[in-house]
Amino acid sequence: MHPLIEADGLSKRFGKVQALSELTLTLPAGQAVAILGPNGAGKTTFIRMVATLVTPDAGTLRVDGYDVVRDPMAVRRMIGLAGQSAAVEEMMTGRENVAMVARLYGQGRKEAAASAERILELMSLTEAGGRLVKTYSGGMRRRLDLGASLVGSPRLLLLDEPTTGLDPGSRNEVWDAIGAMGRGGTDMLLTTQYLDEADRLAASVVIIDEGRVIALGTPDELKSRVGADMVELHTADVATMERAAAVLGALGVAEPQTDASTRRCSLAAPGGAKLLPAVVRALDDASVEVEDISLRRPTLDEVFLALTGQTTTAKEDTAA
Amino acid sequence: MTSIDIAVQSPPGTGDGGPVGAGVVNRGASYVTASGQVALRTLKKFVRTPALIVASTAQGILFLLIFRYVFGGAVSGTGDLSYVDYLVPGFVVTGVLFSGMEASTGVAEDLLGGLFDRLRSLPIRLLSIVSGRVSADTTLVAWGTFVMTVVGFAVGFRLGGSVADGLAAFGLTLLFGFAFVWMFIAMGLLAGSPQAAQSLAFLVFPLSFVSSAYVPVSTMPGWMQGFATNQPLTKMVDTVRLLTGGPAAQQLLGHPVSYYLWPSLAWSAGIVLVFAPLAVWKLKNS
Repeated sequence: MHPLIEADGLSKRFGKVQALSELTLTLPAGQAVAILGPNGAGKTTFIRMVATLVTPDAGTLRVDGYDVVRDPMAVRRMIGLAGQSAAVEEMMTGRENVAMVARLYGQGRKEAAASAERILELMSLTEAGGRLVKTYSGGMRRRLDLGASLVGSPRLLLLDEPTTGLDPGSRNEVWDAIGAMGRGGTDMLLTTQYLDEADRLAASVVIIDEGRVIALGTPDELKSRVGADMVELHTADVATMERAAAVLGALGVAEPQTDASTRRCSLAAPGGAKLLPAVVRALDDASVEVEDISLRRPTLDEVFLALTGQTTTAKEDTAA
Repeated sequence: MTSIDIAVQSPPGTGDGGPVGAGVVNRGASYVTASGQVALRTLKKFVRTPALIVASTAQGILFLLIFRYVFGGAVSGTGDLSYVDYLVPGFVVTGVLFSGMEASTGVAEDLLGGLFDRLRSLPIRLLSIVSGRVSADTTLVAWGTFVMTVVGFAVGFRLGGSVADGLAAFGLTLLFGFAFVWMFIAMGLLAGSPQAAQSLAFLVFPLSFVSSAYVPVSTMPGWMQGFATNQPLTKMVDTVRLLTGGPAAQQLLGHPVSYYLWPSLAWSAGIVLVFAPLAVWKLKNS
């Protein structure tokens, strides 16, 4: 059996921007994978290449063994794409939109009508299905767009930043919809710049930056690669936080990080649980009162910071 | 860089059946079905946005009335052919440019909205996407041509030849419209944004006004006549004018229909042969 995706030395340049730089990646079938990276990292270019919309300058890309350049039609027969902007027609109803895509996948009139009903139901849009899409909310449009990408029962679903630009409520709706799609057994490749989204939707995460793969694994693997659990404590005021940081620093394990705005102090703790009693004792000995103290896994945000030297948000700011 | 592999890990909840039978290989719609679906979508959009149709139709009628009654009295050089019989064929044929130019902005909007990304990712031929859009826009051009013809008769235009010739003239006008729609679609795709497409479409002004559509070319300055006589629109307008104007038109133009017909058919074919591949190429590389 072929790997679902085999990318070898993929490069693509748009004018002065090197979008992909010898990207090499192999993904097996049977899972949901998130491509995670800041704006301009090359995520969208990569997923558009998989969707046969962009041709590489160099390197090869195979989807289920089919070369995207030499045999794009074979690739198109087994994918469904939901791009960054919802590709739905405002002046058609939800039902008409899905049925049209079903017809284009090659389904007959009746089959397409039945598929449209099934998809509307899956996306909780059955009642709104007869209304023009221009009356839909942002979340409903995105769900309809996701549904349309699914109507051909594709082997591989490609979702490019499925929740970008949505309010938190709509985001949850879309997450639930994607979850439902995953349970149907469809393989999924999605891009996101939200770490929590990757954590929630994908079994594996590929982190790319500046057109290259810089890390991959399950969210847990990535978190443990950065090491270390974190001891985090929370104090009543900033002065106490600073005293606590001094105590933690004196343990000689790592440099503690402080955040004055939330009055939090955290310390990478390679020893994990073993370190916690020592921290509590040291704080007690120094009579530093803390509101709460806990041991937690690093967030993907911290993983990203450790791997690239910058946070996702800082990167976005410089790109803007 | 070495290749990296991820261990297979099933997503949570795999295998509970689910409503979607995943992993189907889609055969894709046939060329005709794909083209028809794309056309249907554009037509629905138009029919459900009546303002678009009303505005462009009203504008056409207004201009016909202005030319017929305001400028008409001042135009000379149409010989035994009355100005209304001279003007209406010119007006109807140039009308295909004005209704066709809407296709440029429309297709640029489609490109921007992400719909074309979806269409291009489906197992259908690129040409079917473009030709679907062309069919829909040609239908709109046909509607505009029909309305302008009716208004033309209402303001006094009459056939000088046979009804069969009149119908042939109508059919040829649609054929010219079809050719120009390919040009506008390609221009819209090349422009990349609705605003840029709109500016590009201003090309229709020199093409329509520096032609025999509204006034005889012989009344223009000499340096302009070379372009005006040989450009495609003049050939098309004069073909239609000869078919609808009868003997008076023949006397005025001094040539048989074939003198204008073959060049206008050649222009139409040339426009499609240049712009169809250009549109498909641009769609493929957008």
